[in-house]
Amino acid sequence: MAQYVLRRVLIAVPTLLIISFVIFAILALAPGDPLAQFALNPAIPESTRELIRIQFGLDQPWYVRYVKWLTALARGDWGFSFGTRGPVIDLIWQRLPQTLIVVGTAYLIAVLIAIPIGVISAVKQYSLFDQVATFAAFIGFSVPSFFTGLALMLVFAINLKWFPIVYNSTLNLAGWDGIVEQIRQMALPVTVLVVQQTAALTRFMRSSMLDNLPLDYVRTARAKGLADRMVIIRHVLRNSMIPVVTLIALGIPTIFAGAIITENLFRVNGIGQLLITSIQNSDTPVVMAITFIFACLTVLFNLIADILYGVLDPRVRYS
Amino acid sequence: MSEANQTINTSSVTDAAATIRQLQLGVSSKPRTLLGDAWRRFRRHTLAMIGAGVLIFLTLAVTAGAWWYERYMVDQQAQSGIPVTAENPDIRALIDHLDFLALLSPPTHVHPFGTDDLGRDLLARCIYGGRVSLAVGFVAMLIAISLGTIIGAAAGFFGGVVDQALMRLTDLFLSLPSVPLILLTVYLFRDPVIQAMGSPEAGIFVIVVTVIGALAWMQTARVVRATFLSLKEKEFVEAARCLGISQTAIMFRHILPNAISPIIVAATLEIGSAIIAESTLSFLGVGFPPDTPTWGRLVTDGSQYLQAAPWLALIPGLLIFLTVLSINFMGDGLRDALDPRSRL
Repeated sequence: MAQYVLRRVLIAVPTLLIISFVIFAILALAPGDPLAQFALNPAIPESTRELIRIQFGLDQPWYVRYVKWLTALARGDWGFSFGTRGPVIDLIWQRLPQTLIVVGTAYLIAVLIAIPIGVISAVKQYSLFDQVATFAAFIGFSVPSFFTGLALMLVFAINLKWFPIVYNSTLNLAGWDGIVEQIRQMALPVTVLVVQQTAALTRFMRSSMLDNLPLDYVRTARAKGLADRMVIIRHVLRNSMIPVVTLIALGIPTIFAGAIITENLFRVNGIGQLLITSIQNSDTPVVMAITFIFACLTVLFNLIADILYGVLDPRVRYS
Repeated sequence: MSEANQTINTSSVTDAAATIRQLQLGVSSKPRTLLGDAWRRFRRHTLAMIGAGVLIFLTLAVTAGAWWYERYMVDQQAQSGIPVTAENPDIRALIDHLDFLALLSPPTHVHPFGTDDLGRDLLARCIYGGRVSLAVGFVAMLIAISLGTIIGAAAGFFGGVVDQALMRLTDLFLSLPSVPLILLTVYLFRDPVIQAMGSPEAGIFVIVVTVIGALAWMQTARVVRATFLSLKEKEFVEAARCLGISQTAIMFRHILPNAISPIIVAATLEIGSAIIAESTLSFLGVGFPPDTPTWGRLVTDGSQYLQAAPWLALIPGLLIFLTVLSINFMGDGLRDALDPRSRL
């Protein structure tokens, strides 16, 4: 087991290196000057612009810059933003809490909704409940998240005025009122992400339950006189959760990607919004850092999913 | 009374004879085929049939429907509103026609989907945008499926080092953060591609479908590889080899048809996800230029008037949703229909 984990980690490292190289190459080889905004500023003369260029190391070839970026990253230095002139890591630390709280809440709710729906759907296969849940899951897959967001905004923020349209991150969280206000402004972005994630998880949970329900151990459990509820919750659910848990781990990177859209729609100032504004401002170091963080998340949770699968299912053997 | 009985009797006798003839005909002249079976199973999947119907309707609406609507719109504009000045205007010209007498008009008989803040007709823009969105979905799917099929086939057929290398590549692509990468590549490389292609619309189209397709082939590659691995040692492949058939012919003429069911299902679903990807790009302001109204772009533009004119964002959004939902139902129906284990 330990050997397997070690080998997987050793594969993950070169994967991340190649991904970072690809992203860096795309950013470096793209036409357009990252300092173009300075060129428009008449207060900055040509010589100063050249100095800034040298200061950021932009006068060197891109593969040299890549090696420098990588060695700096190894020391924990993510570089400096062209836009704010501050360290990239500070920007990300500022933005990360908003993203994490929205994404984390959404995923937790999605899992808590999806598991019972999937279980009931499978136990009562082809019942009215199952059909409604299946149809709803298809709607969840098919609706683009910006459309869910706009529709929710129209109904609940504009017409009913239950929730604010724009997310306010400077909210004073002290006291009961602050917490209520925070929950109100999180409600819509979280719901959008929940709709997106619940659909897929429900289907996985259902099919995993359906795989387990006809197995012999379930019949044995029933035959020894266990109550139906016990058989489902104690026996079938536990075994069905094995593939679902790994899928939950695999889904975490996708929900971060989903956050890019919801954050832009509801003006949540998280890292998804930072990514879009940085792309539009050609703030290469920030774009590089965020894209690389997304890649790390994907690789990390792939690894976690693989390891979890082995821990939860003793039948899986590592050779 | 007796006369009536007589007629019923004769008719039922002829009915029975006809049925027997039909049965005989059915048995003798029409053998059951793989596709015939699949079609029979597909027809039983009500939602998939509805999905297919909706898709056919939408495709007709953005092609033949456009031709009809051009006339209708010119007529309506002549009766009430600002007449269209261009002679024989096509839909591309009509999407820029400004009807100043109906700014932000809700859906009426003149403008069935309403108008935007400049008085542009939303239905005309949705028809034009639908062409772009559907074309993006279809072409991106073709790219993804071709890449996936070739890579999967090569990996499964040649095995060994080729397989190892291609599967590492597949794993690598699966770890790429696709949403940020699509955003980034399209944003950074659109200017040179636009210059190379000559027009902004063609340039953005090429880069959007290429990037979406290039980041979506991995599942197909895995499925095709699995089929190739399980089939390449079978007798029919050995026989083909003995007959001196070339490797490419064995790969694509003999083995590949066995993987056609999962490829068709993956292709269907890929159209849907490519449409969502394109509309998301447009929504984030990185896709097509503002004068090309794709469905995603229309939602973005409309979202500024969510309060005053909600139809502007909701109608194109609903069109995306409806298209993708239909595609997903169709994919589900095809999956059941093409699975040889599910016999009627």
